[in-house]
Amino acid sequence: MLSQAAMEKFQQLLEHYPDKRAALLPTLHLVQSEVGYVSKEAIDYVAGLLSLTPTYVHSVASFYTMFYKEKMGKYVIQVCRTLPCALCGSQKILEYLQGKLGIEVGETTPDGTFSLVTVECLASCGTAPVIQINDDYYEGLNPEKVDRILEELSRK
Amino acid sequence: MAERIVFKNVDVPNSQALEIYRSRGGYRALEKALKEIKPDDLIEIVKRSGLRGRGGAGFPTGLKWSFVPKESKLAKYLCCNADESEPGTFKDRVIIEKDPHLLLEGIALTCYAIGIHTAYIYIRGEMIYGARVLEQAIAEARAAGFLGKNILDSDFHLDVHVHRGAGAYICGEETALMESLEGKRGEPRVKPPFPATQGLFGGPTVINNVETLANIPDIIWKGPEWFAAIGTEKSTGTRVFGVSGHVNRPGTYELPMGVTARELIYEHAGGIRGGRQLKAFIPGGSSVPFLTEKHLDVKLDFESVAQAGSLLGSAGIIVMDDTTCMVWAALNLCHFYEHESCGQCTPCREGTRWMSVVLERIEHGKGRQEDLDLLLDVCNNIRGQTLCPFGDAALTPVESTIMLFRAEYEAHIQGKGCPFSR
Repeated sequence: MLSQAAMEKFQQLLEHYPDKRAALLPTLHLVQSEVGYVSKEAIDYVAGLLSLTPTYVHSVASFYTMFYKEKMGKYVIQVCRTLPCALCGSQKILEYLQGKLGIEVGETTPDGTFSLVTVECLASCGTAPVIQINDDYYEGLNPEKVDRILEELSRK
Repeated sequence: MAERIVFKNVDVPNSQALEIYRSRGGYRALEKALKEIKPDDLIEIVKRSGLRGRGGAGFPTGLKWSFVPKESKLAKYLCCNADESEPGTFKDRVIIEKDPHLLLEGIALTCYAIGIHTAYIYIRGEMIYGARVLEQAIAEARAAGFLGKNILDSDFHLDVHVHRGAGAYICGEETALMESLEGKRGEPRVKPPFPATQGLFGGPTVINNVETLANIPDIIWKGPEWFAAIGTEKSTGTRVFGVSGHVNRPGTYELPMGVTARELIYEHAGGIRGGRQLKAFIPGGSSVPFLTEKHLDVKLDFESVAQAGSLLGSAGIIVMDDTTCMVWAALNLCHFYEHESCGQCTPCREGTRWMSVVLERIEHGKGRQEDLDLLLDVCNNIRGQTLCPFGDAALTPVESTIMLFRAEYEAHIQGKGCPFSR
């Protein structure tokens, strides 16, 4: 399930901790970065790697919102909804995205390009409203900026 | 401009690079400490500086370090709390991304003082760029002999690892952070035992916030008296205040503790946007009570803010103008706490859910007269009834807005809807 490069990273990770189990979150991150989400198969696979039970891995993975339980779009648009962003118009940004993409929160565009979710405070309150798309933050948003970002990503 | 300590390098181009950090005096405090200062004396210096934790609780840092036993059969650990997630707080991210070596030098000094050889930086999962910057800085510092074996030809060795969280606010609570680092659900532990005696992997552990650790190099280099002369008598040093919401210049401002809310909001952050009136502000991240324009002259230090009925917390100041509905604001934060409750303690898990339900119906015109007493009753049934401070934090926005703006709640109920347009 993991590529050679990811497998090497995994081996290095194990050296960071006195207890193998501590590598669980980093390993789940590795798997998700390769597969896109934490599937049932991924849970069994990680359990095998770390000598844990699949039930245990599932109980941990399901606690953390960053581990997706299902296949997501190529770009996951995460709109911050917490107070500092909400005071600066995050709801309007969310509604704009819904209109533009034609999907509701929790959905993925039919072509599999964009998923739309809401998240809690991203620790970027000074540049609200803020969204995160995959690894990157996009700050100080307005509809025009959103247009430019979506256009750029669609072209990639 | 006031003297800056933790933000002294952040405006310098390429400030994250080791050579830039070195050119600005970086790692000289570590060199001095390893050559001239005994570990115990380092702890005394930090005690004398009066430094208190910058994560939120404000516990004296040197005292926290002194709780760790000198001799331990199990390995001791430092966890740097970089799980910055408190709504309104966005200061640690700046240090991480712009001055990672300042943090690493603070970590190395702390570990030398306590006799620790492994440190973990627990960074919130969303900060992927920050984690990369830290990894790069650790590699640079290792190659240059500031981390790793025999640091600067001493017999001190230290490994630092970056450990990413995965989107759970509760992991900023120190025992939940350790659970999460051990590969478990981030559910807070029962205390005692306290981390200083039994923490990560069972070993004695210190957990310090990013900004706290970033203060250490200058305290060692310039001395505790220099540090203690900044700020107020009991709240020494500077604080990075994050100002967000309805201000003209939102952002992070490092200022001496004891600056007034008025100076911070009106001078540094440029006042209320559109020339409007300030209605309320939260002085220390979303978990502390709201304050109003009556409190603008309150000094922002631990004691003064507590005296005014709130807490300085994480020094994240969320500013709201007179167009802001307080029921809506409380509901927004209540949703946050409902979403982030780890679910372990029933009063918190169920209480946050029910407060959201009741607030939702008040905001949308279905509120009942008895709902305000019901909300306060729920608050009283959460307060003090949970394993960690999350429960008390969760009830705070609800309780404090009812206390300060009861008439506004009643207007929602009597008028069958929200009187504010959005």
